[in-house]
Amino acid sequence: MTNSASTLDHASAEKPGEQMLTNQMFGFWIYLMSDLVLFSAIFGTFAVLCHNYAGGPTGRELFHLPYVLLETMLLLSSSATCGLAMTAMRDGKKTLVIVGLALTFALGLGFLSLELSEFHRMVLEGAGPGRSAFLSAFFTLVGTHGLHVGFGLLWMAVAIVQVGSKGLSAPVQSRLMRLSMFWHFLDIVWIGVFTTVYLLGVL
Amino acid sequence: MFGNLTLSAIPCDDPIIMGAVAGSILLALAIVALITWLGKWSYLWNEWLTSLDHKRIGVMYLILALVMLLRGLSDAVMMRAQQALAVGSSQGFLPPWHFDQVFSAHGTIMIVFMAMPFIAGLMNIVIPQQIGARDVAFPFLNSLSLWLTVAGALLVMVSLGIGEFSQAGWSGYSPLTEKLYSPGTGVDYWAWAFQIAGIASLLSAINFFVTILRMRAPGMNLMRMPLFTWAVLFTTVLMICSFPVLTVALALLSLDRYLGMHFFSNTAGGNMMAYVNLFWMWGHPEVYIVVLPSFGIFSEVVATFSGKRLFGYKSLVYATGAITILSFGVWLHHFFTMGASPDVNAFFGLTTMVIAVPTGVKIFNWLFTMYRGRVRLTVPMYWTLGFISSFTAGGAAGVLMGEPPADYVIHNSLFLVAHFHTMLITGTLFGLIAGYSYWFPKMTGFRLNELWGKRAFFFWLIGFYLAFGPLYLLGLMGMPRRMWHYSNPAWHPWLLVAAGGTALIVIGTFLLLVQLFVSIRERETALDPTGDPYDGRTLEWATSSPPPIYNFAEIPVVSDIDAFMDLKEKGVAYSRPAQYHDIEIPKNSGAGFLIGVLTFLLGFALIWYIWWLAASSALAILLLVIGRSFNDDIHRIITAPEVERIENERFEKLEAARCGRLAGTNLSFGLGERSKT
Repeated sequence: MTNSASTLDHASAEKPGEQMLTNQMFGFWIYLMSDLVLFSAIFGTFAVLCHNYAGGPTGRELFHLPYVLLETMLLLSSSATCGLAMTAMRDGKKTLVIVGLALTFALGLGFLSLELSEFHRMVLEGAGPGRSAFLSAFFTLVGTHGLHVGFGLLWMAVAIVQVGSKGLSAPVQSRLMRLSMFWHFLDIVWIGVFTTVYLLGVL
Repeated sequence: MFGNLTLSAIPCDDPIIMGAVAGSILLALAIVALITWLGKWSYLWNEWLTSLDHKRIGVMYLILALVMLLRGLSDAVMMRAQQALAVGSSQGFLPPWHFDQVFSAHGTIMIVFMAMPFIAGLMNIVIPQQIGARDVAFPFLNSLSLWLTVAGALLVMVSLGIGEFSQAGWSGYSPLTEKLYSPGTGVDYWAWAFQIAGIASLLSAINFFVTILRMRAPGMNLMRMPLFTWAVLFTTVLMICSFPVLTVALALLSLDRYLGMHFFSNTAGGNMMAYVNLFWMWGHPEVYIVVLPSFGIFSEVVATFSGKRLFGYKSLVYATGAITILSFGVWLHHFFTMGASPDVNAFFGLTTMVIAVPTGVKIFNWLFTMYRGRVRLTVPMYWTLGFISSFTAGGAAGVLMGEPPADYVIHNSLFLVAHFHTMLITGTLFGLIAGYSYWFPKMTGFRLNELWGKRAFFFWLIGFYLAFGPLYLLGLMGMPRRMWHYSNPAWHPWLLVAAGGTALIVIGTFLLLVQLFVSIRERETALDPTGDPYDGRTLEWATSSPPPIYNFAEIPVVSDIDAFMDLKEKGVAYSRPAQYHDIEIPKNSGAGFLIGVLTFLLGFALIWYIWWLAASSALAILLLVIGRSFNDDIHRIITAPEVERIENERFEKLEAARCGRLAGTNLSFGLGERSKT
């Protein structure tokens, strides 16, 4: 169909394996952007409903900023350890990757436990998601982020097993890169949650 | 054990529903028996259900769309028949709750389970070939999208016999959809089917966005892409930006229903307008999601059958881009009367009128392409011509409704129903049928019967005008939409005409099936041995019909718009490469199919509150995904000698066709290189 001089032009087409990995990175970026749209819609809904207390408790009464600061610090430092794991991956240090991921996992789990215990306390205080539109929006926005963190933790556990069993092969490295993108993305979303929900709710 | 599900969920006392259920079950049994009798189960599993080949996946999408078209059409027939009967003292044959389910199901099915799978099917079959690629970027994700869509469609079908469907319209406005007002399972069926199909569409959109941007043949820069590819690229942008909003709208509604939250309720601070806004922030882009691919198809068809390059290629690309951006700024025109201020209404009224401009540009592009072209009046051209005139009229009605003061008078009337059916039938459906006829030889290796196609077209076109013309008048006469019964006798004659028009559309659809049947039976007389039955202009015609699994033995190099025409004019379209290479293609995988089955079970369990089933199917899905991620051996190699064998067969066929030795080649227009160059 084409002359042989063109063979060089589409050298990339001859190596579908490599092309697949770059496609996966690009596709994952696009997925993250669509996830951002999803969060925007929930943020928007929260902004609409955030003063509809229906006689129930307000954010000022419910939130303890030092507690949320602790959560935030756990999540932010987990991003740092995740970054360390990625640097170790680039250097091909398998054990260090696993250590970094395990640390990230522990910090993420700490964040999630704090969040869940906050939810638990609020429900016990009679401030559950069914109390008012504000609380519905609060639980859904924070909970959607928490659900993402939960899936991230699951993914991280699988990744640790894969690094252990398969080593730092090209597909494993590609997955780790995407996991780290996902994890940093959740950090950025959390900054938005912290600001709109907690800071603006209390100040 | 079975949650809320009891035997009383099956409406045994309703003869209409039971008849439909019995018919569906008998049909399914007949298909199962036929497959068993032919001994084709392993063929079906190995070659189709587990296939990651984009062409096979595309054909399965088309089959789904066809089945759902028949279902949605029978809903339409029931509505038209009811309104033709239920005037004055007559109650018609449907009770009000059933009529409400029918119109809700009709809208949901036609948009989400007919138009969307139809588009996904054509995208799958055509896009990789049009851009000179061997597959989509993510073949497994592609299969997953298909089976998730099927799971959603199956939920809608099951609602027919077990429980009920939503009675709240396809758009499901709250607070009617809240648990307080719709306590049954209908809204849950609607919401989960919609949700699952929406996620499938989003995955599909990401897949094709990456495919188009990253997998084009060398030399095909953006401004050399075929217009169908352009249209799909913009469509995927719309989908990626809008489908997550639908996911949120439906999820929040479900949280209200399942966990007693107060997003859209009218108590405890809920805001029902938040739902309407979220829904149409997806819903309006969705209108363009279903119409832009059709615009792309019309562009291909018009250029091919006018024998010249599309007039104003760049303007058409820019017009599509303008529509993409503007379509995010018009959603409020779906509810001008629902409490926005005059300023807000004025803004959205203006954007609505502005978006008609790029659409108008396209109409001129198509007209000027035909002008002084060597027009061949084939079946796809018939559908295109039917579209251009009807769509322009429907668009004018839309601009009229885009004026808020006028909308206050005619909103929620049959005028609106007539308007959007004009847009969706002539815009979307005619385009999709044109695309189906146009690319049918590429899928199967033989052409569709022209005569039956033209008959089907005329029944559709005339039926469409008779069915929806009266609705414009009825709307202006003040008849609201979705009426189960009415007492104004002046409306009755027009509704009888509309029912007659619907009958013609039913005949038209039947004739499409006849066309398919006749074409399969007489396929030997309409073979497409060259892969290029129309003297095509774009790369999908450079492959054989049907193409080998890898599409292109060697990726073509593009140096012009209308890449294949360019190659033919240079006389290199059919030259053999110096040597063949090994080709890597994805291995089959049953995981997509299984996840589809499990998602159906998950949806069904959630609808009926069967928690153990919901938890175990969710867990199984998770395990399948994790298991799949451990598998790095997902490709297989087609060796160079095997490629050479397949290609040699193709060249033999081409040679035979060129000498006119094969039967039925007399209608093929562009064989081999064009001799004049």
